[in-house]
Amino acid sequence: MFDLDKWKEIWSTLRSNPLRTFLTAFGVFWGILMLMAMLGFGSAIQSGSQRQMKGMATNLLFVWGQQTTESYDGLPPGRGVRFNTADIELLRRLPSIEYLAPRLQLGGWMNNFTVSHESKNGTFTVMADYPELKHIVAFEYDAGRFINERDIAEQRKVVVIGRAVYEQLFEPGIDPINKHIKISGVYFQVVGLTRTLRGGNQGDRDANTLFVPFTTLKTAFNIGDRVGFFAMTAKPGTDGPELERQVREALSRHHRISPTDQLAIGSFNMFVMYSKFEMFFLVLQLVSWVVGGATLLAGVIGVSNIMLITVKERTKEIGVRKALGASPMSIVSMVMKESIVLTAFAGLIGVVAGVALLAGTGAILEHLPESPLGPPNVSLSTVLTAVAVLIGAGALAGVMPATHAASIKPIEALRAE
Amino acid sequence: MLRLSKVNKYYQVGTHSLHVLRDVDFEVADGEFVAIMGASGSGKSTLLNILGILDDYDSGEYWLGDTVINKLSESKAASYRNRFIGFVFQSFNLLPFKTALENVALPLYYQGVTRRKRNQIAAQYLERVGLRDWADHLPSEMSGGQKQRVAIARALIGKPRLILADEPTGALDSETSKQIMDLLSEINATGITVLIVTHDPEVASRTQRTIRLRDGKVVNALEASASHPGIAAAVP
Ligand SMILES: Nc1ncnc2c1ncn2[C@@H]1O[C@H](COP(=O)(O)OP(=O)(O)O)[C@@H](O)[C@H]1O
Ligand SMILES: [Mg+2]
Repeated sequence: MFDLDKWKEIWSTLRSNPLRTFLTAFGVFWGILMLMAMLGFGSAIQSGSQRQMKGMATNLLFVWGQQTTESYDGLPPGRGVRFNTADIELLRRLPSIEYLAPRLQLGGWMNNFTVSHESKNGTFTVMADYPELKHIVAFEYDAGRFINERDIAEQRKVVVIGRAVYEQLFEPGIDPINKHIKISGVYFQVVGLTRTLRGGNQGDRDANTLFVPFTTLKTAFNIGDRVGFFAMTAKPGTDGPELERQVREALSRHHRISPTDQLAIGSFNMFVMYSKFEMFFLVLQLVSWVVGGATLLAGVIGVSNIMLITVKERTKEIGVRKALGASPMSIVSMVMKESIVLTAFAGLIGVVAGVALLAGTGAILEHLPESPLGPPNVSLSTVLTAVAVLIGAGALAGVMPATHAASIKPIEALRAE
Repeated sequence: MLRLSKVNKYYQVGTHSLHVLRDVDFEVADGEFVAIMGASGSGKSTLLNILGILDDYDSGEYWLGDTVINKLSESKAASYRNRFIGFVFQSFNLLPFKTALENVALPLYYQGVTRRKRNQIAAQYLERVGLRDWADHLPSEMSGGQKQRVAIARALIGKPRLILADEPTGALDSETSKQIMDLLSEINATGITVLIVTHDPEVASRTQRTIRLRDGKVVNALEASASHPGIAAAVP
């Protein structure tokens, strides 16, 4: 296999018609480059969306109250559904829930509040939260910590602020921890500064949010027993749809909602979203392989075709070789090797060009954090698979021409002038 | 060396078959220098191809040494050709993209001799046919006589016991033909059996014996000359 001599023999025949060799090689080169470009583009879309979803649990479920659409239990339709603290106890009894985070936004959904520190102020989102939230939305902390159980139990006036909040309210370089900021006239002590792991809109929203203990908000702003919405994760082994079914059932019973009234409670099921995403990427990858593979196949058919023409042109040469003692096997192996070497060599150049292309695109996308495309990464295993496919393809391309070559009768070949 | 008994060969042409060799019987001893003569189409090349195991025959027996050559597998035939037989063709049949040296070395490639060794041996054979300085030239840069010398060196390199030459001088002028015949005589003098197909009486006269073919049959000298009224009249 690694006989230098054989390689020289192959090289000398490939070199004997450089244009034909080049054109043949180009088909394979182009095929593998297309395949890599397609796979790379797919992975760029994928890593782009993953950048958006990073820091979110994948088995996540949100539920919030809407309006009933069916009459039930003697109640008319069109009744507003509002969750309350009694629901917290109710849901905590459900065995499928791993972490439960009741949440309430100060002033209601999409409302911002004026927050100030000394002479500086800005408007931000204020969320009342339980410590469990940190299992649902992963943060890192540039300083301090998140809300803890004591904050909840003692209804402490503490606050965890986002990056944008810090930048708006504090001079650069100032440590915000233990400083007091004023939210709607009430002073809170800063105990943490978050850094979001999420990209895009989600990341912006995190940076512009302040978190206060759920129980504190109620007393400080006299809000009563309302819960805005529930965020929760499913226990491992429980699937998203099942969790959602159980939660809906419990809440529907408690709030006297018809079991068939799907619109009374709104929900967002990350699990379902995520599996849709995964399905989408799987399909995308499949399409990449099919389209890229078809291009490659066209290249391989080209190799096979040209090798066959080559063999026919070389009928005389093959006859002479046979007359001089070349066995049919040695002729088969000669043609196969030429085919494999040509395919693999052209393919490898294609792989290198593909890697360079993806690395270049990746470097550009790196500087565009808002782009929906993330850096394309084609894994080493994909590259190795492609190379293996190429060698197989080369062999496949060689089979027909090689068997034809082996079947050439030396006398007929010698007669062909 | 070799013996043919009642060898017949047919070619299938369309619906009817052409009887090309008819009960061919002859023997060639070790170290002989033999010419095969006959008119064009008389079956000389067909005969030589059978002797060279390039083609099959339909009936009879062909003994090469003490083996019957009959319907050998392709790889077996290839190995016999490689080890026992050297070929010289009218149109040289050198590989155009290989140098003289590489052409000469080719049979050794199929014997699995390393490149280094083979080129070394090939250089000796090129020297022997007087082309030492032409080792790195391509066939297209050489004259007909030179090409045929390269072909002869290539035929010799496998140390064959039999050289088969199909009209080796057919494409050469008479002066060059003479030189090629000198070379073949020299080779025969080393003990290698040489069979030459030719229709040049000059060439045939340089050999020890002539086998004549007419319409696929071996004919003796008298019968052969019978077709030649001038000579027939001279025979009492
Ligand atoms: N492959 C073939 N198919 C059919 N006929 C052939 C074939 N080869 C040779 N012949 C015929 O066989 C006869 C002998 O041919 P050949 O051996 O080449 O003669 P020579 O070499 O004496 O000129 C000729 O009539 C020729 O036309
Ligand atoms: Mg002939």
